[in-house]
Amino acid sequence: MAQDGARRVLAGVDAAARRLGLSPGMSAAHAGALVPGLHLVPAAPEADAAALERLGLWCQRYAPIVAIDPPDGLLIDVAGAAHLFGGEASLLTDLSARLERTGIAARLALADTPGCAWALARFGAGGIVPPGGAAQALAPLPMAALRLGLEALRGLRDVGLTRVGQLVDKPRAALRLRFGPELLFRLDRALGREPEPLTALAAPETPRAALRFAEPVGARESLERVTADLCARLVSELERRGLGTRRLDLVFTRVDRLDQAIRIGTARPSRDAAHLARLLAERLALVDPGFGIEEAVLTASRVEPLAETQESHLASHLAAGPQVPDLAALVDTLLVRLGAARVYRLAPVESDLPERAVRRVPALAAPLGAVWPADLPRPVRLLAPPEPVSAVAEIPDAPPLFFVWRNIRHRIARADGPERILGEWWVAEAETDLTRDYYRVETEDGERFWLFRDGPMEAQGRWWLHGLGEA
Amino acid sequence: MPPPRSPDAPTLAELRRLTEPAGLGAGSGAGTEAVPTLPFGVAELDAALPGGGLARGALHQIHEGGPRGRYAATAVLFAGGILARLDGPVLWCLHSRDLFAPALARVGLHPDRVVYCETWRDAEVLPAMEEGLRHRGLAGVVGELTRMTLTPSRRLQLAAEGSGVTALVVHRLCAGEAADPEPSAARTRWRVAPAPSDSMNRRTDRHMGRPRWRLELQRSRGGSPGAWIVEACDAQGRLAVPAGLADRPAAPEQVQRRAAR
Repeated sequence: MAQDGARRVLAGVDAAARRLGLSPGMSAAHAGALVPGLHLVPAAPEADAAALERLGLWCQRYAPIVAIDPPDGLLIDVAGAAHLFGGEASLLTDLSARLERTGIAARLALADTPGCAWALARFGAGGIVPPGGAAQALAPLPMAALRLGLEALRGLRDVGLTRVGQLVDKPRAALRLRFGPELLFRLDRALGREPEPLTALAAPETPRAALRFAEPVGARESLERVTADLCARLVSELERRGLGTRRLDLVFTRVDRLDQAIRIGTARPSRDAAHLARLLAERLALVDPGFGIEEAVLTASRVEPLAETQESHLASHLAAGPQVPDLAALVDTLLVRLGAARVYRLAPVESDLPERAVRRVPALAAPLGAVWPADLPRPVRLLAPPEPVSAVAEIPDAPPLFFVWRNIRHRIARADGPERILGEWWVAEAETDLTRDYYRVETEDGERFWLFRDGPMEAQGRWWLHGLGEA
Repeated sequence: MPPPRSPDAPTLAELRRLTEPAGLGAGSGAGTEAVPTLPFGVAELDAALPGGGLARGALHQIHEGGPRGRYAATAVLFAGGILARLDGPVLWCLHSRDLFAPALARVGLHPDRVVYCETWRDAEVLPAMEEGLRHRGLAGVVGELTRMTLTPSRRLQLAAEGSGVTALVVHRLCAGEAADPEPSAARTRWRVAPAPSDSMNRRTDRHMGRPRWRLELQRSRGGSPGAWIVEACDAQGRLAVPAGLADRPAAPEQVQRRAAR
């Protein structure tokens, strides 16, 4: 609720109030009449702005450049950072899930340009606009989606232009003459014809190192040198404060004010300048220097305490012997190159179901010591899902004599089984009746397979191939 | 192009050593300090390899010989057994999601030792392998590949020599692809295929014995090719010679050929 002259109006409403037909801009008296017992809270724009900034800083977990779009928006430049979350789609899912858990109602959109994403989030369905799809995505939206002033909107409405799509085939000169440069400027920004620099938020206490160049630089070798230089400076800053970095953001400011950002993550807090520079160099290929870069800022956007100096770290490794080499450098390189979800270790899960027997753990997690039961032979390749085969067994509970898989008949020379595996009903309701009788079989050629029947023979249990090879 | 990068520099000395007769290590134990080796513990096998075992810090290719070359199940176990007998972490570059880790643990490769990376294409596997091979202290790097041409094999071999990390390439054949080996810089090329297990029990019951493999050393630089029937890796990754077959390795070869057509 806010004061608008003599009137008290609603400044914002939550989801429940919206369902009751309330909307921002409505007078408080009207709202009170519509909803008896309405709970009104005085608006606190300063507190809102501070909260938005805090949320913006939190959003830096996703990408280095986060800009505030007052009063209630955030713009995140995810270019070059989405791979760390397994792609744009999973980044958006992750963001929306986390916001939802904290009770923040948000509309998310991801597009080529800040303008297009802004429009989709506020006036469209949100979601991801594929590269190059900005014009198409914007076409059905109302003019207000172009971030125009009230004046311009009224002018457009007067001549019957209400949808963004209607502007596309109009002569630009005429539009400029009639509505001024503002309209074309906004349209071009939304479509990516005009660059839109974002002013990145920065937490004041974040360790950072910056370099400004008298002459714009652009060559790959120069950027590598700059990167190494920045890393060295940042590392000495981190050393002074007893910190190690888990995430680095390198932002290049181009002469046309368009920022190019790259981000790398490390699996352990690090203060090794050479290592960090090498990780950043892996991603330098993504940086488009355009007409030149005039400033480079390296920020340690996630830091953790790292008390010991790197040398003593090394010494402790040497003392521990060669059997625990430090994998961090290798793992970091692979993480940066392949993405966080694609480098891991596998660890046992206490589950009889083979599909569930393995879980992923971080590549650098402490050794768990656990192994799968040693007395159960298991296949080398597990088919997911199991493939149906036709098999014939002489008598119930006997292993099959042969089976046909992908039109090839395999005659079974030797077999062992059954090993009965029951569904874990406490994990999934659907598994209450799951019963599998597993047979290890060897063909006449010596090939080994892992078959199961999903029920007793009397109950028309079907045969499936679940694995190949055996250890 | 920039001049040769520094990682290649130390390999020059290694190369020079390689051009010396590789047989240096074959006869005397003194040769092992030139190229450290990992013996299989099977006398016939080790005798065919220079230095009395599988050269460490070198590239080895493993082909699957059976009809299901796409899955390379036997080749994976053979590689796992080798790594199980080395010390240190292992980098395993996956080709698809079907590797079942419990099987590797059963040939002695503890899950804590293996870092997997999902490299779905050959073009991703090769750089990931090379990265791993530069990292001293790894026991080995495994890459599941469909094809490897001469140039990448040279790169991997040089990287392996530089760091002393053993590189194993497990070839996964595409459907219908000929298993025709391409020229390569690998130190050895193996072909592993499943073989019928202990036939002594056949008349009494149809229970399975320890799996057997037909192991063929197709190419070995400085060594001699050969073929053997071996008992598959045990829980420590060790191969063994079947009792009844120890003195006649040639006969089962023909049987196998006929069976495979």
